Amino acid sequence: MTAITRAEVAHLATLARLDLTETELDHYAQQLDVILQSVARVSEIATADIPATSHPLPLENVFRDDIARPCLDRAEVLAAAPAHEDDRFRVPRILDEEV
Amino acid sequence: MSTAMPETIPYDEALNLFEPVFGLEVHVEMGTNSKMFCGCPTAFGGEPNTQVCPVCLGLPGSMPVVNRTAVESTIRIGLALNCTIAEWCRFARKNYFYPDMPKDYQISQYDEPLCSNGYLDVTVATAEGPKVVRVEIERVHMEEDTGKLTHTGGATGRIHGADYSLVDYNRAGIPLIEIVTKPVAGAGHLVADVAKAYVAELRDLMRALGVSDVRMEEGSLRCDVNLSLNKPGSPMGTRSETKNVNSLRSVERAVRSEVERQSALLTAGGRVVQETRHFHEDIGRSTSGRSKEQAEDYRYFPEPDLVPIAPSAVWIDELRSTLPELPSAKRSRLEAEWGITPFELATVVNAGALDLVEETIEAGVESAAARKWWTGELLRSANDQGIELADLPVTPAHIARVEALVADGSLNDKLARQVFEGVIAGEGDVDEVIASRGLAVVSDDTALLAAIDEALVAQPDVAEKIRSGKVQAAGAIVGAVMKSTRGQADAAKVRALLLERLGVTDA
Repeated sequence: MTAITRAEVAHLATLARLDLTETELDHYAQQLDVILQSVARVSEIATADIPATSHPLPLENVFRDDIARPCLDRAEVLAAAPAHEDDRFRVPRILDEEV
Repeated sequence: MSTAMPETIPYDEALNLFEPVFGLEVHVEMGTNSKMFCGCPTAFGGEPNTQVCPVCLGLPGSMPVVNRTAVESTIRIGLALNCTIAEWCRFARKNYFYPDMPKDYQISQYDEPLCSNGYLDVTVATAEGPKVVRVEIERVHMEEDTGKLTHTGGATGRIHGADYSLVDYNRAGIPLIEIVTKPVAGAGHLVADVAKAYVAELRDLMRALGVSDVRMEEGSLRCDVNLSLNKPGSPMGTRSETKNVNSLRSVERAVRSEVERQSALLTAGGRVVQETRHFHEDIGRSTSGRSKEQAEDYRYFPEPDLVPIAPSAVWIDELRSTLPELPSAKRSRLEAEWGITPFELATVVNAGALDLVEETIEAGVESAAARKWWTGELLRSANDQGIELADLPVTPAHIARVEALVADGSLNDKLARQVFEGVIAGEGDVDEVIASRGLAVVSDDTALLAAIDEALVAQPDVAEKIRSGKVQAAGAIVGAVMKSTRGQADAAKVRALLLERLGVTDA
């Protein structure tokens, strides 16, 4: 019994816009399966009296005051991008999708 | 098939055949000083990519920290909408691959919204008088706004046909509140009005709470409209979701156009496709976007970089005590206090003049005069300059002073307008403008008589008519005197003096 199917890996690859070959799909499906099976072993230890958590530290209500702070220098920011134009980041065209 | 099926059925006809169910998702940008998870400023209209930092650019190693004021604003909105405030809730990552979010995910809330299960009562006008409709609220949650994309190349500037896109991340990370209604059924022919009234009421509520200035033209309030139709007695139909509905008028038009489109489809034996549609302000209708059937898969999971929010009862009570009088209660009170109709009050509200009129009345001005100035002369001036009424240099105290001077006869209506013109032009306060422009009603009889004599000499034929008893001809002379005194005379007084001068009695 595998923890993740090859079809699920292919679906995830599509969502992440990764163009994987058939060989890569096999390869990653195997690797991810090992990782997920290892993580699943943790669930075996967790019993009903141990609640699930999304954070390792028992903290709540960590906030900052609503104060504006200086920003990054635009020239520096844009210089780090693969492409820019008109003071904006230039990205490849997006097809068949509108958010 | 040669018989052409109609693409739409007229709204009222459609609603005789079908029952509408609508739901609204409203996004409101908070008016905080800084962004949701970082200290970048949120001002609208900045130079592209000047309000960005490692957090809102999603640079490796950066960590978000929650803006306390944004949380407080959300709780206050939840309380004003009669919601339950969660005792404990978390943020979630909404994963999607689109360059408006540089992290490839948006921090939002998923199955643990901060506020849930509330309602908002809205009033719509009907032929039988005002009708109150309760709109139930499913949830109110926090998230971050996305960056702004400009599609370049291609013919239309839209995505299809674009060669590439340019991104400005100034807006990315601005606190955004999403308010989602439960499905609203039973509105019948009022469905478009109820949807519009709900958004208008929300806008007024946000302004009253002071959590957002809600400038719809700047995109600080945006709606998605869900709508379905069903035959009476049948289960709810398949819904469409119309996005980009960004003005009150568009909310109404989006609902109407979907009613008209879906009813034609259903009547012709077709079915409504569950899809996202895009509303176009320019043509007033929507076009088909992506089909929802290619299921969205956002792979939500609890945001590991943020800790849970657990508002204490004490904190919630403190926030509750900061709630102002809510718009609906305020409207009822003011209608009664000012003795005006809901329609007259709506004029004041729509002008953005409610607080100003209220303060002006508190400063001692009659309700009618306060409303007249703010929704007339001053509103025109603000509109001409493209600014809000509140941003004019005129204050309630100025109006009180002018009205006092009108009452004691020192100013007339025309001069009062010139005073405000001067105040708006930055010439000083009311008395300074009067002094520098020499604005005062000429009450000196000798000066007025001299002006009258001059006018009589200039128009001897008119003078003769009046002498012969044609009192209505006096208007020409009064007009000439008002002109020569630059409007600074009391017209009634000029008329009386003129008739006395000519020995004519008013018939």
